[in-house]
Amino acid sequence: MGKTIAEKILSQKSGQDARANDIVVAELDFVMGQDGTSGLAIRAFEEMNSTRVFDPAKIAMVIDHSAPSPLEGVSALHQQMRVFADQQKINFYDIGDGVCHQLVPEQGHVVPGNLVIGADSHTCTYGAINVFSTGVGSTDLAAGLSSGKLWFKVPETFKFVINGKLPPGVHSKDLILYLIGDVTADGATYMAAEYTGEAIAALSIEGRFTISNMAIEMGAKCGLMEADEKTVAWVNAHSNKPFTPVQADPDATYARVKEYNVSKLEPQVAKPHTVDNVSPIGEVAGIPIQQGVIGTCTNGRIEDFRIAANILKGRKLAHGTRLIIAPSSRQVMLQAMREGLIEIFMEAGAAVVTPGCGPCVGTHNGVPSDGENVISTANRNFKGRMGNNKAFIYLASPATVAASVLYGKISDPREFNS
Amino acid sequence: MNLQGKVHKFGNDVNTDYIISGRHKFKTLDMKELAKHVMEDLDPEFYNKIDRGDFIVAGSNFGCGSSREQAPLAIINADISAVIAKSFARIFYRNCINTGLPLIECDTDLINPGDALEIDLGAGILHNLTQNIDIPITPLPPVMLKILNDGGLVEHFKKYGGFNFD
Repeated sequence: MGKTIAEKILSQKSGQDARANDIVVAELDFVMGQDGTSGLAIRAFEEMNSTRVFDPAKIAMVIDHSAPSPLEGVSALHQQMRVFADQQKINFYDIGDGVCHQLVPEQGHVVPGNLVIGADSHTCTYGAINVFSTGVGSTDLAAGLSSGKLWFKVPETFKFVINGKLPPGVHSKDLILYLIGDVTADGATYMAAEYTGEAIAALSIEGRFTISNMAIEMGAKCGLMEADEKTVAWVNAHSNKPFTPVQADPDATYARVKEYNVSKLEPQVAKPHTVDNVSPIGEVAGIPIQQGVIGTCTNGRIEDFRIAANILKGRKLAHGTRLIIAPSSRQVMLQAMREGLIEIFMEAGAAVVTPGCGPCVGTHNGVPSDGENVISTANRNFKGRMGNNKAFIYLASPATVAASVLYGKISDPREFNS
Repeated sequence: MNLQGKVHKFGNDVNTDYIISGRHKFKTLDMKELAKHVMEDLDPEFYNKIDRGDFIVAGSNFGCGSSREQAPLAIINADISAVIAKSFARIFYRNCINTGLPLIECDTDLINPGDALEIDLGAGILHNLTQNIDIPITPLPPVMLKILNDGGLVEHFKKYGGFNFD
């Protein structure tokens, strides 16, 4: 009987014939922590009486959630990470380097077929390049740092077959919001999602990262895609590590299979206060907006900024509307500068902040005021997420955010199709 | 392990931002301090309503969202003895096992706010004292039960120097 991608990777890494619902202890190819989770992990690592990490080259810590530090307490946590990274000789990314989920693939740390944990729920992002990567908490991170292993319940797989061709002005963010709205926030809980079909194949690797990034928002453990020629070329451009892509067997067993045709998909918007509260643009167009955000691990890549700049070029933000641009990495920001995109944003009236998580998680860089509406390219719109539980967060594509800040209200980006 | 307390009831999809907001969790590793803000965005007075040993009871998908381990730690440090829900999000589920917070999956429609419950974790029995009914609970898989019985993953590692499920 055939296997899914998840079953194959967990079989290879555990040395057992792993099938859905088995529990295995498996070898990790890479382990990552960020500044919201590493402090507790370092404490747990020490409490476990561990002294050395299992392999410094296979570990990274990233300061991205509150970077640069806005508070004394945060500064102390950052310092603790710097000391640990220095002592253990692990890969370390400091303020301004970028968001962990951009850096880990961009810096070539992970390649197809790998098994990866990260102490951040959006670690599922690397599924886009055929990596079984999943979010864990700080104590699991500590166990991974110490032993290079972790126990896993082999997930069942929910296969999404995406047929058709996305229309102009409709992007991968619209597709994943639509899927989450359809299956709901716990539609794939405990499962691996596998995304396949011609609409996935047509996406760039950057567009695919957006899809896999939000697998957790449907409850999934990972958001896997097969490696095609685009994947292999992208990974070879970013990493020197050898790899063998892992494809699903044609006779693999799936817990659920759903097929979609996206040829008539419209721009989608997730409304407050849950990610699965999704509407087509027509139902929310006209809602006033005070702040826009383009960036984060979901949509802070160069392709996203090209799309936004195309709409914002030569135009100004509506009166009373703000726009925050948060590039996902130093490399992305440098590329955006070379292409003149940062200039376009600045001239339009945007504020450009340090590469990192930006205002997504409510720690700094643009906490909204009471009663304000924010439209963001991030992945969560929970009440209080951006630091104020009296604000309202809408989630959309970079194109929809760019169009909306020009009018000061939620607006259909297809008007700017050229 | 026998647990007894009263019920604080919440709905579906209680995410980890609601359990402990990002605006608090990044500031400190002092979990007693963070515990004062537990569930604050859903009920600003929640912390003051807790008596030692009480239960959080919710619908489906409890603990969805971010991987923050501060979520179960804030609940533990607020003197909640267990979380009871129809289903849990998976990272939160693991974090509870690893930090030693008991979690129970059952039909929570049979539990009302303010009900007094008694739970025998070893025997897998949940008794609703107020309504005088027994509610069946889903047993934990052996690997998770072993970590929980060892007192969490840190204690498991201290005991065995790594994973040991034999």
